[in-house]
Amino acid sequence: MRRRSALPGLGLALGITWLWLGLIVLVPLAALMLRPWELGVAGVWASVTEPRVVAALGLSFGAALGAALVDLPLGLLIAWVVVRYRFPGRRVLDAAIDLPFALPTAVAGLALTALYAPNGWLGAPLAEMGVKVAFTPLGVAVALAFVGLPFVVRMVEPVLRDLGPEAEEAAAVLGATRWQAWRLVVLPALGPALVSGVALAFARAVGEYGSVIFIAGNRPMESEIAPLLIVARLEQYDYAGAAALGLAMLVLSFAFLVVFGLMQRRLRRGVA
Amino acid sequence: MRRPTEEAPWLRWVLCLAAVGVAVLFLVLPLVAVFAEAFRRGWGPVAKSLSDPDALAAVRLTLLVAAIAVPVNLVGGVAAAWAIAKFDFPGRRLLMVLIELPFSVSPVISGLVYVLVFGAQGWLGPWLEERGVQVVFALPGIVLATIFVTFPFVARTLIPLMQDQGRTEEEAAATLGAGGWRMFLHVTLPNIRWALLSGVLLCNARAMGEFGAVSVVSGHVRGETNTMPLHVEILYNEYQFVAAFAVAGLLALLALVTLAAKAMLERAG
Amino acid sequence: MIEVRGLRLRYGGVAALDGVDLALRAGEFVALLGASGSGKTTLLRSLAGLEFPEAGQVLVEGRDMAAVPARERRVGFVFQNYALFRHMTVFENIAFGLRIKPRRVRPGRAEIARRVEELLALVRLSGMGGRYPDQLSGGQRQRVALARALAIEPRVLLLDEPFGALDAKVRKELRHWLRGLHDRLGLTSLFVTHDQDEALELADRVAVMRDGRVVQFDTPEALLAAPADAGVAGFLGDAVPVDCVVREGRAWFEGLPPVAVEGVAEGKAVAFLRPADLLAESGDGGARVVAARQDGRGVRLTVEVGAMLLEATPAPGWVPRRGEACRITVLAARVFPA
Repeated sequence: MRRRSALPGLGLALGITWLWLGLIVLVPLAALMLRPWELGVAGVWASVTEPRVVAALGLSFGAALGAALVDLPLGLLIAWVVVRYRFPGRRVLDAAIDLPFALPTAVAGLALTALYAPNGWLGAPLAEMGVKVAFTPLGVAVALAFVGLPFVVRMVEPVLRDLGPEAEEAAAVLGATRWQAWRLVVLPALGPALVSGVALAFARAVGEYGSVIFIAGNRPMESEIAPLLIVARLEQYDYAGAAALGLAMLVLSFAFLVVFGLMQRRLRRGVA
Repeated sequence: MRRPTEEAPWLRWVLCLAAVGVAVLFLVLPLVAVFAEAFRRGWGPVAKSLSDPDALAAVRLTLLVAAIAVPVNLVGGVAAAWAIAKFDFPGRRLLMVLIELPFSVSPVISGLVYVLVFGAQGWLGPWLEERGVQVVFALPGIVLATIFVTFPFVARTLIPLMQDQGRTEEEAAATLGAGGWRMFLHVTLPNIRWALLSGVLLCNARAMGEFGAVSVVSGHVRGETNTMPLHVEILYNEYQFVAAFAVAGLLALLALVTLAAKAMLERAG
Repeated sequence: MIEVRGLRLRYGGVAALDGVDLALRAGEFVALLGASGSGKTTLLRSLAGLEFPEAGQVLVEGRDMAAVPARERRVGFVFQNYALFRHMTVFENIAFGLRIKPRRVRPGRAEIARRVEELLALVRLSGMGGRYPDQLSGGQRQRVALARALAIEPRVLLLDEPFGALDAKVRKELRHWLRGLHDRLGLTSLFVTHDQDEALELADRVAVMRDGRVVQFDTPEALLAAPADAGVAGFLGDAVPVDCVVREGRAWFEGLPPVAVEGVAEGKAVAFLRPADLLAESGDGGARVVAARQDGRGVRLTVEVGAMLLEATPAPGWVPRRGEACRITVLAARVFPA
């Protein structure tokens, strides 16, 4: 039952919202849910277990997970410094965090490729050390870490700010060293936020396309990501196959997010 | 004597330097690289590649697409935020989840779903084609895909703020005799204007910069269905690196302006 | 004038209003007194058309308000945290209700300015019209909220915890000023409070609410003299409940002398004793002074009687010392069967 309210406009607002949501999001997503089954259940299974597909899914999810895990310490470091310390350039640093959000993905892809190519500013010294980044799976992970970093920082920042110094002061009064206070008081409090930051970075990275395809090299079985394979299938008018792969990606990322959610619940229980 | 909640000075220095180092190498350097590559041979080639007819057509298309997609999401987002933040109704939480949905979907899938509905072998494609309406590989498809990927921006910036503000100001307006529109225009809107503007800016930046979703539905017809990000890709694949980076630089500039404006709005709000 | 009949409203299964009846006379100043969660704010909001009861009626000047939206009720409402429009100046806040009237009945620009200035003078904020709400003190904000509510010439003024957010000193000042204003303007007002001093001191009549019901609606004197039930008795006047037994028209206590009671069934009972009910005199009577403190109205004693701690009033002329033995006389008690 809907409670009456003194404010007007719920009917109109809901009407607009559902119309907008239905036409733009729900009907098209329904197509994604339904079209793969034109192939039959066995056909869908065959279509998403082709070796090339498995390799691409493995790369997309593996690199996304790796990138999110790299973002974890980097994001925590940046959030800590921005919240806790005052130093010249802090404002600029704070603004720079959002660059991956704001920069169009194709631009990011181009820029990262230029940087990490064997003759690039970072690629050249790395190549001398024997590390190849661009046009390898490592390059994919670098691009994904780039797009995911702000998620971790922006999830941790507000929690860290709210945490205040009281808990750490209490720990210090009770005899904890700085490191103990940090490890036993601060880190557990940040746990849930860190996990949601990593989950968001991962979710974004799994589906990422624009910033990856330039740097990836896109060699089948080696550095080809799943979204690219969807595009390839569409170009061959294999709609059902493309939809099957899309659906598989959604199902897999949903499963991962459920796992992240469970982790977060466990951590939160320890905090609250 | 140092406070017990402070790190040793040397450790603070190390942490600050490390953070700044990560930010510079990892976040800022790519941006610098765009402009460095674009201006590798000075202003001339940049100006030339930006005044190329295909580039201009891409700019025009990008502006047109954003000019349609942003207002649609503005209206939808404000309506959704009004309903979700100011009322209790069954399905409210579901609605919040559904609105966020486009953010958790790969851009390529965002484009794919429209091909599945409107493409040559889509649900509605053949029927529309008989009537001479083309959606995929044409402007409508690009606009739809852009609306999809920028769908949540306005609603998600408004909802937490409007929930925080509660409904008492609107209720006060009601007891003083204000009707719905007046309440919205004179009381609600002034309270949310900065957040609304910030949401619109983010929505616009993404709309102009979207690559994956648009790439799937565009068909890449030069001068016709190429937006700026797609134009960048074409130029790059044709080894016209300076031109590619010049157009990319223009997009990067848009991103910088958006970031600066957002920072200013946060201070204003 | 304004009347409520059988109002019922539930929030998620819990009754917030459980059959409320209340009738205000024109020109009255009425307090709705109750603990938090007793339904007083919900009742106030129902009168304003901000909540919608599932059953019952709200009548204003005899007219049923069920189908009348908040904006047409002409009810002045002062919100608990004032709900001033942050982005408008004080002047604009007060003028809002006038500026949004339909063109036919909207006063002219000069007339609005004149009325707002009048209201500003009335609430003693002349010259503050250009300020924004966040540039005002709590007491000033409260008066702006009041002026804004008065601008629409309301038929009834509703105030939700009008002094709740103010510090003690400002609160006292504003109370009397508000009462004076009410009398001067001939308003009909209903205000919500959880502070019994405030209610008993200001109101012509007080409606005591509990569990979504009005349990007693009477003048302050009548409430104090004859509380309707044990709950009201315990709530008012710092009363302490003490077990007793009623026999032969008297209440018998352990450690205290008995007191005459009327109309209470014989057997176990609870007596509610206020400081003014207990007179302490020097002398050995089984009681002992634990503490004496001076408050605005005189000296109050805390005395120990057996295992009980009671508040009492010292006999005139006696200056009690801590630890001194004393004798208690029970002057009056409100007794209810246990």
